[in-house]
Amino acid sequence: MASTSPARISIEDAAGINVTREEALDWFRKMSLIRRFEERAEEAYGQGKIGGFLHLYIGEEAVAVGAMAALQPEDDVITHYRDHGYVLARGVEPKRVMAELYGKATGLSKGKGGSMHMADVRRHLWGGYAIVGGHIPLATGLALAIQYRKLPQIVACFFGDGATNAGTFYSGLNLAAVWKLPLIAIVENNHYGMGTALERVSAVDEVYRKASSFDIPGVRIDGNDVLAVRDAVRRMADQSRNGGGPQLIEAMTYRFRGHSMGDPQRYRTKEEVEEAKSRDPIARWRSTVQENDLATEDELRKIGDEVEAEVEEAVRFAENSPAPDPGELCNDVLVSE
Amino acid sequence: MAQKTYRDAIREALREEMLRDENVLIMGEEVGVWGGTYAVTRGLYGEFGDKRILDTPIAEEAIVGTAVGAAMGGLRPVAELMTINFSLVAMDQIVNNAAKIHAMFGSQARVPLVIRTPAGWGQLAATHSQSFEAWFAHVPGLIVVMPSTPYDAKGLLKTAIRSDNPVMFIEHARLYGVKGEVPDGEYTLPFGVSDIKRPGRDVTIVSYSRMLHVALSAADELAKTGIECEVIDLRTLRPLDMAPVYDSVEKTHRVLILEEDWTTCGMGAEIAARISHDRFDLLDVPVERMGQIEVPMPYARNLEALMFPDEKSVAQKVMEMVA
Repeated sequence: MASTSPARISIEDAAGINVTREEALDWFRKMSLIRRFEERAEEAYGQGKIGGFLHLYIGEEAVAVGAMAALQPEDDVITHYRDHGYVLARGVEPKRVMAELYGKATGLSKGKGGSMHMADVRRHLWGGYAIVGGHIPLATGLALAIQYRKLPQIVACFFGDGATNAGTFYSGLNLAAVWKLPLIAIVENNHYGMGTALERVSAVDEVYRKASSFDIPGVRIDGNDVLAVRDAVRRMADQSRNGGGPQLIEAMTYRFRGHSMGDPQRYRTKEEVEEAKSRDPIARWRSTVQENDLATEDELRKIGDEVEAEVEEAVRFAENSPAPDPGELCNDVLVSE
Repeated sequence: MAQKTYRDAIREALREEMLRDENVLIMGEEVGVWGGTYAVTRGLYGEFGDKRILDTPIAEEAIVGTAVGAAMGGLRPVAELMTINFSLVAMDQIVNNAAKIHAMFGSQARVPLVIRTPAGWGQLAATHSQSFEAWFAHVPGLIVVMPSTPYDAKGLLKTAIRSDNPVMFIEHARLYGVKGEVPDGEYTLPFGVSDIKRPGRDVTIVSYSRMLHVALSAADELAKTGIECEVIDLRTLRPLDMAPVYDSVEKTHRVLILEEDWTTCGMGAEIAARISHDRFDLLDVPVERMGQIEVPMPYARNLEALMFPDEKSVAQKVMEMVA
């Protein structure tokens, strides 16, 4: 396993604690919500209530929450298939996300998208995409539309380290750089593409250096530090918004679970996973909040209880929601004209 | 009525739609400064500039993917793929993204995109001489248009640009110089309407794109012997309008399908299956299909010439069918 020591990851460190109490608690709440939501989804999957693939985001919550905290509500977001965290971090109701996992009519996409395709276009969430790297050119196109229509927003495109060896990474970001489009690419480096360690299949395993292929700025940050993520994304987003063209952020993180449910994880040791868990982004943020007297232990526990209740409500909602009407099957294939 | 080439008719459609709607833009390899490798976009760069006519690198997945994203973001891009052979490089973007986004996200997003691409051949050898229309017509979520005349090309392309759905608009390199009547005024043609290009009573020939012209030539020759073929142009392959074909079978009881793709799993297979299911009792002879010989395209001129049905072989087949 490469590049996990904090000394190497913290190329960009957050410049001190520059958050309000309200922000600090909001981030703690959102990271906790994503964690609890997914633990509960994992349970429901085990009970056979959720089908298909389920790729959990557990361990990476600081990236989605930190990034969404930096972005404006009208900024476009497009993601890969490990996507529950992004929609929850943006404030989508957990019950609608859970209902989509359950394949219910009340889900975000009426039960037609499932775990890998979470979208809420009203919130500028343009979806999760299940072909590795396939959505990167789409991000370029969304950014082209923004530039062409002279809109104020930018596009944030999330993907994993595995996508940075796909052709779409190069062809999509190249075009974004040529046209100086308002796009930030946020690579979540969790060290593995499925079960293959990045350094085994990537000639360059410091992903931020790949930005030099496009002559655009690239930085590596500690993706387990929600504040560092917020600050880096805010700075890169500002640069991009002000005509600086595309930017690349490599957020170093780790997924605590397997690639998806049913991954026997033979490619890594228990010790490695345990060591990574010592950098748990939620525990870290909890400590930071307390050390800086931003909240009491009781307040944090209360947030945990509220999150627990909210997730249980989401499960109840999903379980009690109707399956899509069979008549829905052939709808939405084409826009009727 | 004015006589215009297929190429000029397509350019007119592009230009008129760009003047009508500022969200229409063109992107692709050599579409701008060069003027289009088949000269379809010639002159548009000078008129509309580099904000609306976007030259791209040679990276088809980025061309189509960017166009899909731009379409989701509120534009109406017309992406050109230099030849349909290069669509293979963009297949994931076409099949997994363009075709699926509307359905997969429960109708939250739409992709008003046109992908224009020429099919065709001409001593271009195996990798540059392929017909993939059946591949695209196979996919729900795509509209597939393959016009045979300048009039149809213009009217259908205007409809494609105004459509909120992703459209594969497949032209034919060997038709660009073909002339036909194109009125000066504004008109559009609907998708999913097949057209009878020549009425007849003895045999129905179903075709599209360049092979339609082979069918018409054969029909002219056959008419001299007293055999009258009804020639139907499908114009759009998805949606596929079978009604005129069925009406024709009621008169002729014989169907020959002419296609330029390989016949195994080709467009003709679908048409033949529908006819045999829906009009089985009306057939006097089995539905016949003629298409490309099932080998990779050879380069040698004499071998290439043997690859497709021509006027003579089609006429011969029709005579066998009425014998």
